[in-house]
Amino acid sequence: MTQRKRTSNTQSKKTPGPAATQEEDDDQTFTQPSTTQVQRGLEKLTPAQVDQKTAEVVQFFLVKDQKKIPVRRADLVKHVVKEYRNIYPEIMKRAARIFDQVFGLKMIEIDAKNHMYILINKLETVEGASPITNPTNPKMGLLFVILSVIFMKGGVVGENLVWKTLKNLKVDVGEKHEEFGDVKKVVTDEFVRQRYLEYTRIPHTEPIEHEFHWGQRAEVEVSKSKILVFMGELHEQDPQSWSLQYQEAHSSSSAQPSTSSQR
Amino acid sequence: MSRQMGDSHRRFLQTMMANGIVDEQGARKLIAHCCEASNTQHNPDKLDDFIETINLKLQPMFMQITKGMSEDSGHQFYALVNMAETDVTRMSSDYADNELELFRKTMDLIVCSEKGNASSTDILNSADTMTTKKLKKSETEHLLNRLVHDKWLNEKRGEYTLSTRCIIEMEPYIRTMYQDQVKVCHICRNIAFQCQICENPTCGIKIHNPCVARYYKGRAEPRCPACDDFWPHEIPEVRRPKSQSRK
Repeated sequence: MTQRKRTSNTQSKKTPGPAATQEEDDDQTFTQPSTTQVQRGLEKLTPAQVDQKTAEVVQFFLVKDQKKIPVRRADLVKHVVKEYRNIYPEIMKRAARIFDQVFGLKMIEIDAKNHMYILINKLETVEGASPITNPTNPKMGLLFVILSVIFMKGGVVGENLVWKTLKNLKVDVGEKHEEFGDVKKVVTDEFVRQRYLEYTRIPHTEPIEHEFHWGQRAEVEVSKSKILVFMGELHEQDPQSWSLQYQEAHSSSSAQPSTSSQR
Repeated sequence: MSRQMGDSHRRFLQTMMANGIVDEQGARKLIAHCCEASNTQHNPDKLDDFIETINLKLQPMFMQITKGMSEDSGHQFYALVNMAETDVTRMSSDYADNELELFRKTMDLIVCSEKGNASSTDILNSADTMTTKKLKKSETEHLLNRLVHDKWLNEKRGEYTLSTRCIIEMEPYIRTMYQDQVKVCHICRNIAFQCQICENPTCGIKIHNPCVARYYKGRAEPRCPACDDFWPHEIPEVRRPKSQSRK
């Protein structure tokens, strides 16, 4: 085998900002092994050992995916990969292949800085209802509304507008909702951890105010053109009449998902 | 013929992962749908072949689609089983530790009961003996509803039984944990909870209700297949699958 230079190392280059988070600190202990190191590591292991470890990684991803929680590389290495960390890139490559070939899922890195991975559906949604309907998570309806508001307002909205919109839909953020429970927690904590939303403080506001953006998961999982179609139906308006949004939803550069990947 | 997985298999598997279990008719319809969606040929008679193709690829991941019978209706079901951890840890991402403890206690009650069920009163009482954080009465009731909703338990008039999914998925766990208590059906050899029992004290074999129905169908005088004593129980009717799959 050719002893190539460390090609796989570009992603671990970090630009530690002024406020390096706790997450980054954890990850510092892990350095991506080089191709040569991986080769050497593989030589010392049986194929069965590597398969077993790959299976564990696949299982770990599937469990996290049930709750839509992204997998952090630091956690993966610490809790699953462990003493196999010297062949980490090879295990990830194999796991990605299994997701692709067996499950029809794609493993993608949504956060190159903190090394976070999620699974998205590769299969396109099809016309004609499936005879077996998947259990639906009612929270996804809530999320879709919020993502729509953000998208229609050009990518960012103050939180008050979101709360007002929800209130119009009889979801009061100040009250315990019978379906969603603590709505504020679902929106600002659960959706944020799942990386569907970003919730950030607007600087220099008194009292403190926050704003919402689309999270990285939403960018790769939720179809903007579907949101426009939905808005069009809601307002009985041609989706093309929102020209800016229409342009964004249909531009190839934004690498829009063709599926609204709600499994 | 082909053992390669295609998008139809992947779509089928994704639906299985989201649902956990489907009945045989549902599985047939689902395969037809999945094949249509990816424009592949499908042969309705090759249900088990289709699933075997998926299982071959799932095996290295310690997962499998397993067939099992509903103790209630006798119909066949397919469940996605995680063999890496047939322990209740499979449920651990959805349930807290004390909730799992209550589920284990419920399983104890059911496995050790005569009829394969446990009343809500007994379950609520067993909540008092928990070693982890105790559950309030309302919390226990809420948890039981969730377990029914997530298809781990069945409930009928305040009596809880293990669901088909739970039995298929937990079978290895139940066989290991309850070696002495677990009963096996004399006809199908699978573990049996809701069943009829031979009243001859030296025999005492168990048969699932649907297996009883099939075994004695058309026999004038029912006798125990093991000891040949008279079979004193009411023989249920064989239940045909409904033409419409359940929603």
